Amino acid sequence: MYELLIGPAFWITFSIFLGGLIVRITFLYRLSRKKDQVFYNHVSFSWGLKSILHWLVPWGSASMRKQPVFTFVVFVFHLSLLAVPLFLNAHNMLWDEAFGLSSWSIPDVIADALTVITLASAVFLFIRRIVRHEVRILTSAWDYTLLFLTVAPFLSGFLAYHQLGPYESMMILHIIFGEILLIIIPFSKLGHMILFFFTRAFIGFEMGGRRGARSW
Amino acid sequence: MVSTIQTTLEKEFKNADFLLDIQKIRNILKAASGARIRTWLSICSRCGLCAESCFVYLSNDCDPKLSPAYKFKYTLGQMYRRKGKVDRTFLEKCYEIAWLQCTMCKRCSMYCPFGIDIATMIAILRNICHSQGIRPKSLAEFSENCRKAGNHMGIPVEELIDTCDWMAEETEEEFRGVEIPVDKPNATYMYTINPREPVYYPQDISNAAVIFAAAQESWTIPSFGWDCTNLPMFTGDQKLAGQQVRNVYEKAKELGIEKVLITECGHAYRSLAFEGPYLAGYAGGKPPVEIVHYVKLIYEYLKEGRIQIDPQKKIKEPVTYQDPCNVSRNGGLWEEARKIIPYIAEDFRDMAPNRDRNHCCGGGGGVMPMGPDYKPARMASGRIKAEQIKATGAKIVIAPCHNCFDQINDLSEEYDLGVKALSLKEVIVESMVIPDHISKY
Repeated sequence: MYELLIGPAFWITFSIFLGGLIVRITFLYRLSRKKDQVFYNHVSFSWGLKSILHWLVPWGSASMRKQPVFTFVVFVFHLSLLAVPLFLNAHNMLWDEAFGLSSWSIPDVIADALTVITLASAVFLFIRRIVRHEVRILTSAWDYTLLFLTVAPFLSGFLAYHQLGPYESMMILHIIFGEILLIIIPFSKLGHMILFFFTRAFIGFEMGGRRGARSW
Repeated sequence: MVSTIQTTLEKEFKNADFLLDIQKIRNILKAASGARIRTWLSICSRCGLCAESCFVYLSNDCDPKLSPAYKFKYTLGQMYRRKGKVDRTFLEKCYEIAWLQCTMCKRCSMYCPFGIDIATMIAILRNICHSQGIRPKSLAEFSENCRKAGNHMGIPVEELIDTCDWMAEETEEEFRGVEIPVDKPNATYMYTINPREPVYYPQDISNAAVIFAAAQESWTIPSFGWDCTNLPMFTGDQKLAGQQVRNVYEKAKELGIEKVLITECGHAYRSLAFEGPYLAGYAGGKPPVEIVHYVKLIYEYLKEGRIQIDPQKKIKEPVTYQDPCNVSRNGGLWEEARKIIPYIAEDFRDMAPNRDRNHCCGGGGGVMPMGPDYKPARMASGRIKAEQIKATGAKIVIAPCHNCFDQINDLSEEYDLGVKALSLKEVIVESMVIPDHISKY
């Protein structure tokens, strides 16, 4: 089972993840060429870049400064969400096996701490969805599901690493959750991991390039 | 107050010629379904950050149903989900959101992590509602006037020319040599106006003429294509909105004009300088002739010394400046405005927030011309603006936009602000040094 999951199933997952993103971007690119001339008519490299960077830096936009705690949590959430899967020592060994290349690893203690941070942030985001009425009204069951699916690999990975519960089943659950998440990314709002850069660039062109107005 | 709005809406819907032509809705949805709309609708993460950016939300006790994300999710978002299969009740709800709860001021897109352009989606929503015969009756009537006469008040050419002659005569009491040239070819500026001016504020035209004369400008008013406003754009009638801007562009080209000047009107600038090329279907996204807003013109006149202000006549009372959404955030002219103020006022107190982050006054997006029945809604959503103005302690609000101007005067009465809105033209004419070439004395 384990072999299957990190073998063929992983390759299928990875193809869907990468392929899905490529297909989605290609589809949107071709559609935009037909229907979104406004995107290309006002391209401004500097405004596009500013529009992106201001939202990548914590509290870099007026909007983020209005909700400083939320901003902080969102940043550590995203940071550990990217760092742990990419730089965990155990994952690097798998990367090496699969692709013959690996990046530098973060010490397990730090990865462990980051995982706890991810889980805690997710709890915060979950509570915020319920507590703030303007967020609750927008939230559907799917939003809660996605939040759960995003942190499920972290939760199961954490439990497996600390051998809480049955190790082997937990490990298998961890891999399954990880693969589900990768498959879902291209086809859900989680696609913002790539699409963020395009929508931000557009509003940068539209508000900044055309009018000199800040979009942050 | 809620019941007043409900009665108004019931009246409006009773008189509407409802179509409910699903195919038409589908066609619009399909035509609009580009990469931007698809991306926006699919990646909105429901974070709720847009809520506090919206003046309608803030003014109405933070009702979560007034958050920008809610407004597109439960209208256009639903329509895409249901593939256009909607019913009358749903469209009535859409009407309320599209015309009473959003002025398309675009502030929320600056506060959204993904920069989702909700105003653009609301414009599509209005287009869909309009296609089903559900749109504010008064806006539909103004649009009809545009179709027939090329201006939303339905003013015939002769009447406009008469008004211009009359206003030119009026200036003779105080000045000499002030003219209002009509259809003069090859002028630098073709001056386009808001049809409210000849009807309600004819002095606005004579003030403009005096300023032009003082600056020794080469200018003209066209006999057609003089209406710079675009109420069909607010009505959701895209085709007619395109015609409305084409009238101006084509007349400017016909007369061999260098630049088109827009009076102190916000949405006219957005329409002609930014949305126009798309409404009229011009490739490249740029208007065929340079479009200049009055704020920029005045700034240049003052900077170049073509208009001089008499220091004795500077406004002594505290002054604040209303950034019209479509002149500042959507027009890029907030700094020019702030450079004008020191010339004309001694005690300037800026609102907070200001410049490109200003709040809409609550009179934009077509709600002002929707008539007195909608005033309660307009007053309710203007609360934030009223509080902003009050906090400055200003007695005068300079507002280079007709909607802002009227809304601020209404707000002053409603919230007991004790302020007066002034247009730039009246301030300039009152306080400028009368140059010898137009002086009677």
